[in-house]
Amino acid sequence: MINNKFFGRKRPEPARPVPPGQYLEDGFPVLSAGPTPKVDTATWDFSIEIDGSKIGTWSWDQLNALPQTDIHTDIHCVTKWSKQDTDWRGVTIDDLLKDADVEPPTGFVMAGCDGGYTTNVPAPDVLNGKAILAHTYDGQPLAPEHGGPVRLFIPHLYLWKSAKWIRSLTFMDQDVPGFWERYGYHMYGDPWREQRYTND
Amino acid sequence: MKIEPVQEWQIATVTSVNVESPRVKLFKLELGSETKFRAGQYFDIRLTAPDGYQAQRSYSVTSSPEDARTIELAIELIPDGEVSSYFHEYVEPGDQIELRGPIGGHFTLSPNFTKPVLLIAGGSGIAPIISMLRHRRSSTRVAPTAVIFSARTESDILFGTELAEMSDEDPNLHLTITLTRSKSESVATSSAPRETRRIDRPMIDSTIDSLGEQPARAYVCGGTDFVETIGNHLLDIGMAYDDVRTERFGP
Repeated sequence: MINNKFFGRKRPEPARPVPPGQYLEDGFPVLSAGPTPKVDTATWDFSIEIDGSKIGTWSWDQLNALPQTDIHTDIHCVTKWSKQDTDWRGVTIDDLLKDADVEPPTGFVMAGCDGGYTTNVPAPDVLNGKAILAHTYDGQPLAPEHGGPVRLFIPHLYLWKSAKWIRSLTFMDQDVPGFWERYGYHMYGDPWREQRYTND
Repeated sequence: MKIEPVQEWQIATVTSVNVESPRVKLFKLELGSETKFRAGQYFDIRLTAPDGYQAQRSYSVTSSPEDARTIELAIELIPDGEVSSYFHEYVEPGDQIELRGPIGGHFTLSPNFTKPVLLIAGGSGIAPIISMLRHRRSSTRVAPTAVIFSARTESDILFGTELAEMSDEDPNLHLTITLTRSKSESVATSSAPRETRRIDRPMIDSTIDSLGEQPARAYVCGGTDFVETIGNHLLDIGMAYDDVRTERFGP
């Protein structure tokens, strides 16, 4: 449906195209369903569970002692804003699995967080360098409102999949809806296919 | 686990446009088909230019969910905002608008929730909260409810008359309005007294005193810094993380 007299604002061409329905944002908006939890790195830990058994737990210091991976990428939030050329540093899920000496799991994974947030993605989407546990943004420690000290970062999916204040990844056979997915957000969330809501 | 799917795009017809404040207009839209929603939910609006360019933005519903055929949206004019400026400059009754919803099921409140509730809004963050209060007004009004609404100046207070009426007629509803850019201590035109500072811990404490007990749930909607600050206060006074629901807007 055409809205006559609507032409959109004049804007600089983005460095690269943005996904359908998205607009470029210079700032870094914060969208969270609750307050920002107070997370202490002295007591923080992160664990991975595969098919019901815990295969590894890492403290803040242990996470930082693992190989560090830099990601330079664009990010896309389902609330319509995208941000280009962002810089993140963290530890790939591959390196965590290698540290625990286990084979890459198949199936699906549920992220668990301080504050109770959850989100689901297929296992392959967090493997082969596609996802990190990010602790650094733009050269600085990741701010609490953006998910610090550590958030999951899966830049090829809408940002609600990049769970803030991450504490666990649980690999399992079934794809179970997480927090927003139960409210009708898409099970996968590919911004380039504009998978915002359940049946998109 | 049950999934609540989001409806497809539909075309709504604008039935009225009203100026609510210097920066906010209210738009009533008649939906193409009955669309049930809950107080606190929002809709996506999609504008399409003749050349195919599209822009989408989300707006909270301000009307009560009792009417599932008509929704009201409060649209604040954002500097350089392509969607809000289109609505403010061009949209008039009879126009058709593409929209989709309702969306977002977490920041919602039902009148069936009977425990004490604290509602805190900054600026146009009152939008989902006025929907909750309108729903409350037409129901049994059981839950002791306290509202803190922070606006810049007297003229930026959205739904001021209605909020004052609600608070006057409902002994279980405690309303505090605070102005962050106003020097005057009292305003003659309003029945409810005004505070004149940003929402702080003492204001939250005295609001909770008026509620008589610790709120079982809090809803906070406003700009990012506003919600961060108040969220921290609410955790500090001992509210459980799960009992504080937030919605943030703006970079």
